[in-house]
Amino acid sequence: MLKTFKIGGIHPPENKFSAGKPIEKVQLPKTVTIPVAQHIGAPSKVIVKRGDQVKTGQVIAESAGFVSANIHSSVSGVVKKIDTVLDSSGYKKQCVIIQVEGDEWVDGVDLDDTLVTSTDLDGKAISSKILESGIVGLGGATFPTHVKLSVPQGMKADMLIINAVECEPYLTADHQLMMEKGKEILVGTELLMKAIGVEKAVIGIENNKPDAIKHLTNLCGEFKGISVCALKVQYPQGGEKQLINAVTGREVPSGGLPIAVGCVVNNVGTAFAVYEAVMKNKPLVERVVTVTGKSVEKPCNLMARIGTPLTDLIEMAGGLPEDTSKVISGGPMMGKALVSTDVPMTKGTSGVLIMKDQEAHRKPMQNCIRCGKCITVCPMGLEPYLLMTHSELKNWEESEQCNVMDCIECGSCSYTCPADRPLLDYIRLGKGTVGKIMRSRKK
Amino acid sequence: MSLAILYTIITLSAIGITAAVILYITAQKFKVYEDPRIDQVDEALPGANCGGCGFAGCRAFAEACVSKNELSDLFCPVGGNDCMNEVAGILGLEAVKKDPRIAVVRCNGACENRPKTNVYEGASSCAIASSLYGGETGCAFGCLGHGDCVDVCDFDALRMNPETGLPEVIEENCVACGACVDACPKDLIELRRKFPKDRKIYVSCRNQDKGAAARKACTVACIGCGKCVKECPFDAITLENNLAFIDSEKCKLCRKCVAVCPTNAIVEENFPPRKVKAEKPAAEKAKKPVVKKEKADEVSPKDSSEQKN
Repeated sequence: MLKTFKIGGIHPPENKFSAGKPIEKVQLPKTVTIPVAQHIGAPSKVIVKRGDQVKTGQVIAESAGFVSANIHSSVSGVVKKIDTVLDSSGYKKQCVIIQVEGDEWVDGVDLDDTLVTSTDLDGKAISSKILESGIVGLGGATFPTHVKLSVPQGMKADMLIINAVECEPYLTADHQLMMEKGKEILVGTELLMKAIGVEKAVIGIENNKPDAIKHLTNLCGEFKGISVCALKVQYPQGGEKQLINAVTGREVPSGGLPIAVGCVVNNVGTAFAVYEAVMKNKPLVERVVTVTGKSVEKPCNLMARIGTPLTDLIEMAGGLPEDTSKVISGGPMMGKALVSTDVPMTKGTSGVLIMKDQEAHRKPMQNCIRCGKCITVCPMGLEPYLLMTHSELKNWEESEQCNVMDCIECGSCSYTCPADRPLLDYIRLGKGTVGKIMRSRKK
Repeated sequence: MSLAILYTIITLSAIGITAAVILYITAQKFKVYEDPRIDQVDEALPGANCGGCGFAGCRAFAEACVSKNELSDLFCPVGGNDCMNEVAGILGLEAVKKDPRIAVVRCNGACENRPKTNVYEGASSCAIASSLYGGETGCAFGCLGHGDCVDVCDFDALRMNPETGLPEVIEENCVACGACVDACPKDLIELRRKFPKDRKIYVSCRNQDKGAAARKACTVACIGCGKCVKECPFDAITLENNLAFIDSEKCKLCRKCVAVCPTNAIVEENFPPRKVKAEKPAAEKAKKPVVKKEKADEVSPKDSSEQKN
C-alpha cells in the first residue's frame, strides 16, 4: 500500500489539464514590474535608481536581514521608475519597473543547456551561492532557502526531502519540470544534500504522476543516496509537515520546525533553481508557471521571467475566456484570487488558474450543523469549527489554547463544509491576531 | 418540660456564641482592606464597562483613580467632565478638563463616488477582507463596508447607511470610547474634538496614493494638492503622504479650506448654508455628495440667527 500522511486530508478533483504540455518559453515583455516583497520576511532594499542601465541577473534589490532574499533583474534594460504598483497581494507594493531592451546577461552566467554534474564547492560555499542568487521556496510559500539550509545549533538533520507532490489540483508546473529537467533536479538535490550535510534524500511524488515517478527512479540509479517515494494522492500532502509524516512516519511537534525531527524539505522547483544557481551561476530570474482552467483554450506550462505581467501569460494560453469570473494566482486550494490580471508574476507564482462563472462563486454561509467533517479532514488534527467560533467571538485566548497557530491554512475544512462556512477565513484571522498577541507578550 | 426548653435555649445560645467568635476571628484574620472610596468612585462612573478609558472596566478604572492619587492621565470619555469632577470631589483631587470628542468616519467613498472594480464573496468582516486585499474598489485605503465598527459599538452610535454603504456616526449616542477606532482595519475612524452644535470640518479621505491614482479610484478622494494647507489661516492643516489632515485642536471652523478643495474631499457638517455670494458656492455645494446633507439642513434655520450674534 502506498504511503500517505496519517490524519485528515481530502481528494478534490485533480483537473490537471496541462499535464504533459511541454514547457514553453514566454517572449520577453515590453516592461517588467518586479516587486521587492516576493518572499516571506523583510522586503528587499532597492539599490538601483531611475534611469540606471541593468543587465539580466544583476541584483536590483538587496536582502534586508537574515530572513530575506536578493532580487535580480529578470531582463536587461533601463529602470523606468520605482513606484508602488498593485501586485498579487491586492495592495500596492514597491516595485522596480524596467523597460526591456534586449536580453544581455551579466558576466559569468553559463546559458548553455549542457548538464554539469560536478563541482568542487563545499557545503558553505553552496549555501552562500544560494543566498546570493536570491533563491526562495518555489512551491508557493517563498520562504528563503538559505534560512532552511542553516541548521540551528544543537539540531541535526539526517534527511532531505524533495517536495514533488504538487497536491494542488490543476497545477502541473513541477510535474513537467521533473519530466524535462530530471537530471538537473537530481544534481540540485545533491547540492542541497551537501549544503545541509546529509547522506540521504527522498523525493516524494504522488501516484497521479506515474511517468515522473518512473523517470526519476530510473535516473536515481546514477546518484548516491537519492530515492523516490511514491505517495497516495491526498491533499495537502505537499504541506511540509504532512510530507514528512508521509515519507518518514515522523511527526513534527506542535509549534516546531521540520528540523526538530531531522528533516529539511525543499520543493523540486527549488532544487532546479539551486542547480542553475550553483552550476550555471544563474540567479533566480525565471520559473515555471502553469496557466490553466476549465474553459482555457490551451492550458500550458510556461517558463517566464519574474515580473512578466500575468496578462502576457494568459495570452499565451489563448487569452482570457469570456465566461471568466475569477482569476487565481496559485492553485485552487491555497491560491489567491486576484483583483486584476494586470499584476506581475513573482517568485511564488506557481500557476494562474482561470475559473468559469459557474464554479467561481461562494455559496452563502449557513449555520454549523455539527457534522464534524472539518475535524475529520483537518490534517493537523485541529477543530476548525471551534476555532472559527472563537474567532467570531474574539476569544483569542481560547483560540490559542486550541492551537490555532498550528493551522497550515490548507483550506480542507472550508472545502468540505456542507454548510459552506468560511472556516479558513476566520481561522486565518484568529491566527493573525493570536500571532500578534504572542509576539507582543515576548517583548 | 420547662427544663427541656431551657436546655435547648442554652445549647443553641452556646453554639451561636461559639460560631460568632470563630467567624469574628476568621474575619479579622483574613480581612482585605479596600478603600471605601473605590466604591464611591465606582458609583459615580457611568457603569458602561466599555473600556474607553483604557482599563478593563469601570471598577478597574475606579481602582486606578484611587491608587494613583492623581487624575492627570485618567479620563472617562463616557461620563465626560461632569463625571470626572464628581470623581475628583470624592478623592479631593483636581480633575483635568478635556474637550468632549466624537468619532468621525473619514471616508466618503459611497457607491457613486467610488466605482467597484471587483466583487468580494468572502466572510463578512472588515478584518478578514483587509487581510486578503485592498477592497472592492480601486481605493485600498477606503471603507470596506462590512461594519466591524458597527458590531463593536456598545452605544448604538454607528449604523451602516444602506445607500452609501458607509458607516454613519449617530452624534447624540457617541461617547468617544474609541472601540470603533480599534476595530477599523483601515484606520478610518478618528476621535475629533466636538465643537458646539456638532459642527465638523474634516478631510473625509485616507487615500495616500498619488493624486492621479487617488482621483481615478474615487471622485471625492484627497489628491494631496495642498491648496487647503495654503488657505488655512491657523496652520491647522498638514500634508503627509499625499493626504491632508486637519488638526481639530487647531481648527477654528472658518470653512475656508472647504471652498478651495478641488475634489470636495473636505467635508463640513451641521453648518448653516453659506450666505455670502449666494450663487456660486451654493451650486458647488449642490454637487457635493456630503453624506449627512439633510441633517445639516434641519439644523440650519435655527442656527443662522445665532450665527449672526
